[in-house]
Amino acid sequence: MADKKIKLNFDSSWDYAPAPESAGHVQLKERYELFIDGEFVQPKSGVYFNTINPATEEKIAEVAEANTADVDRAVQAARKAFGPWSKLSGSERGKYIYRIARLIQERAREFAVVESMDGGKPIRESRDIDIPLVAGHFFYYAGWADKLEYAFPNQKVEPIGVAGQIIPWNFPLLMAAWKLAPALATGNTVVLKPAETTPLTAMLLAELIRDAQLPKGVVNIITGAGKTGADIVAHKDIDKIAFTGSTEVGKIIQRATAGTDKKLTLELGGKAAHIIFEDAALDQAVEGVVNGIFFNQGHVCCAGSRLLVQESVYDKVMQKLRDRLDTLIVGDPLDKNTDVGAINSREQWEKIDGYIQLAKKAGNEVIQPKCQLPKKGFWTPPTVVAGLAQSSRLVSEEIFGPVLAVQTFRTLDEAVEKANNTPYGLSAGVWTQKGAKIFEVSTRLRSGIVWANTYNKFDPTSPFGGYKESGFGREGGMHGLAPYVNIK
Amino acid sequence: MPEFHLKSLTDRVGIEERAQRITSRSIKKEAKIDGLKRVLSMIDLTTLEGKDTPGKVRQLCYKAQHLYDSYPDLPNVAAVCVYPTHVRTAVEALKGSGINVAAVATYFPSGQSSAEVKIADTRFAVEEGADEIDMVISRGKFLAGEYNFVYDEIAAVKEACGKAHLKVILETGELDNYDQVRLASDIAMHAGADFIKTSTGKVQPAATLPVTLVMLEAIREFYYETGKMIGMKPAGGISNSKLALHYLVMVKEILGDAWLNKDWFRFGASSLANDVLMQLVKQQTGNYQSMDYFSKD
Repeated sequence: MADKKIKLNFDSSWDYAPAPESAGHVQLKERYELFIDGEFVQPKSGVYFNTINPATEEKIAEVAEANTADVDRAVQAARKAFGPWSKLSGSERGKYIYRIARLIQERAREFAVVESMDGGKPIRESRDIDIPLVAGHFFYYAGWADKLEYAFPNQKVEPIGVAGQIIPWNFPLLMAAWKLAPALATGNTVVLKPAETTPLTAMLLAELIRDAQLPKGVVNIITGAGKTGADIVAHKDIDKIAFTGSTEVGKIIQRATAGTDKKLTLELGGKAAHIIFEDAALDQAVEGVVNGIFFNQGHVCCAGSRLLVQESVYDKVMQKLRDRLDTLIVGDPLDKNTDVGAINSREQWEKIDGYIQLAKKAGNEVIQPKCQLPKKGFWTPPTVVAGLAQSSRLVSEEIFGPVLAVQTFRTLDEAVEKANNTPYGLSAGVWTQKGAKIFEVSTRLRSGIVWANTYNKFDPTSPFGGYKESGFGREGGMHGLAPYVNIK
Repeated sequence: MPEFHLKSLTDRVGIEERAQRITSRSIKKEAKIDGLKRVLSMIDLTTLEGKDTPGKVRQLCYKAQHLYDSYPDLPNVAAVCVYPTHVRTAVEALKGSGINVAAVATYFPSGQSSAEVKIADTRFAVEEGADEIDMVISRGKFLAGEYNFVYDEIAAVKEACGKAHLKVILETGELDNYDQVRLASDIAMHAGADFIKTSTGKVQPAATLPVTLVMLEAIREFYYETGKMIGMKPAGGISNSKLALHYLVMVKEILGDAWLNKDWFRFGASSLANDVLMQLVKQQTGNYQSMDYFSKD
């Protein structure tokens, strides 16, 4: 039996020197306009808002706020472009999408730096995960553009029309790619709205799309907050809404589109269970748990935010987890050695901190590493809350931050029951070296994605989407084409 | 003595991903210089050839104490590693330097001989003055599932070592998977190893980052369970500074500061020292020097 008292010491006499990614090659404008009909135009609203760097709280740029009239202008541009674009041959559409993918690869470093500046995520992630996946999604769906009859054999498909796409702030450019690539491949035109805290990479993408000489109006990118999003959802000439974001807003959108002929896909929140059985490879399981919850500061809808550990290995797992927490490097998102970056906004930081205070008040065991947080900016250290009951709000509610809720279980049945006992159903993780157990548990888990002996693996070829209140519709893979076509 | 069974305690995909992530740490400037000096101080400067002579060994021992005299305050290497027949030469050449003499023993590198021969080989090296013994396990017996035989053999060699430190070479390149590496590590630590070591350098693949990770995790588990620290020595194939720094990062992030010195971590290498020297001089002067400025032996 492991001695719980033994703790490794990570106060090192050998510290890594700062290794900041150079931002010198990035040239940002002071002000970004709306991208409508192939051009950057001033908003009719006349209003601009600031986008800040959450690691420093400094303003990076001003961004236009689209009002109802601006949304209408963008939708009209998309409608006008729809006819010619939808009539292009699949191979011609594919050429444009391939071109976008290649240009993203060429400018990958620039996109990665801006993504980390505007959103707070570590450069290691934006450089190695986000941007390569962005290019990957465009490449993947470019390939489908002229092969739709193979994706839908013995059926005739046609594009839906104008898609309104509203995306979140946690993977700003990647979510734009998830939305744009399948819509374009199937012949739709688009009005896309990035989140108000992370609009910059979408605006760089708008410049790239202009440079790629995509026909005018096929992609329109407009910025703004919730009101702009509501205007998109309410616009009469939009045929399809695709939304990724909170379950709360998803429900509002579903109410707003009810009774209209708008098609709808929603990719919403989650509270994924990460189940460690006693026969798991525990060292790798602990690493998977760390990746599951601290990846992108836990701002991940499929984050493994609930840890279920079999009681027989609980002490061992917690001992390893405590030691691993101490080696995570929290700080400057642009430093190549940073593991956990800045919380995306003050609003989100307050929400996360509320849950940590709640845990402390309830007398829960709150484990945080000793780490020096920067003075300015929004920061939450990696946090583990142990000994929680199923009825705790930390277990039932989505925190969307680097906070892991730990519970124990005794039997496989209990683990499955606890894992499924949530309104969400986006993702889950299973750790056991026994193959049969993986199949049994993954079959019984009610979630759209189950990772076994790994976590947070994304691939353009793999469908992604939820059960229950985590939404409906699938993005990625061949399945991701279906929400953008009508079958004739 | 615990009962040993082959259990699945490791996951290949996770191990290789973690090892890969270790390599993404960026080590620059003063961290690099400090790291490289640590690497030098952890090297077991090695010559293990049939054609080794006292002359060659004496030259190696001189180099161990004078890595690059024009660079101020360089540490010495940790040890010089030779065959038992050259131990006496090395001991004399290194007298007063604080550098240990390590000897490979137990019918290195194959280990295919009788228990008597292996014990005698060990005793001879110790009597000649070796401070450290690098033994090989019987991989054939291990693969045949005779774990108790392997345990007993290590325990017997440990006894023959007396005061000399025992490093146990698993020869991971001849084992089939990470679960076996983990089990072999456990057997060696329970049987009395002071260090566990990846390879003889005579079999490919020799040391790799993933294999080293598995062994470091075994050491961590053993420490959690017993409170006893065991050292780690990757050997073979670590020939450049960048790779050596990856190993250092791995030790730092898996086991922490206590292991980050020559008492608990060694590199078994022959050509690594020169690459580290070249990098250090480059940090100092801004230019890479020709390899001809660094003595080969």
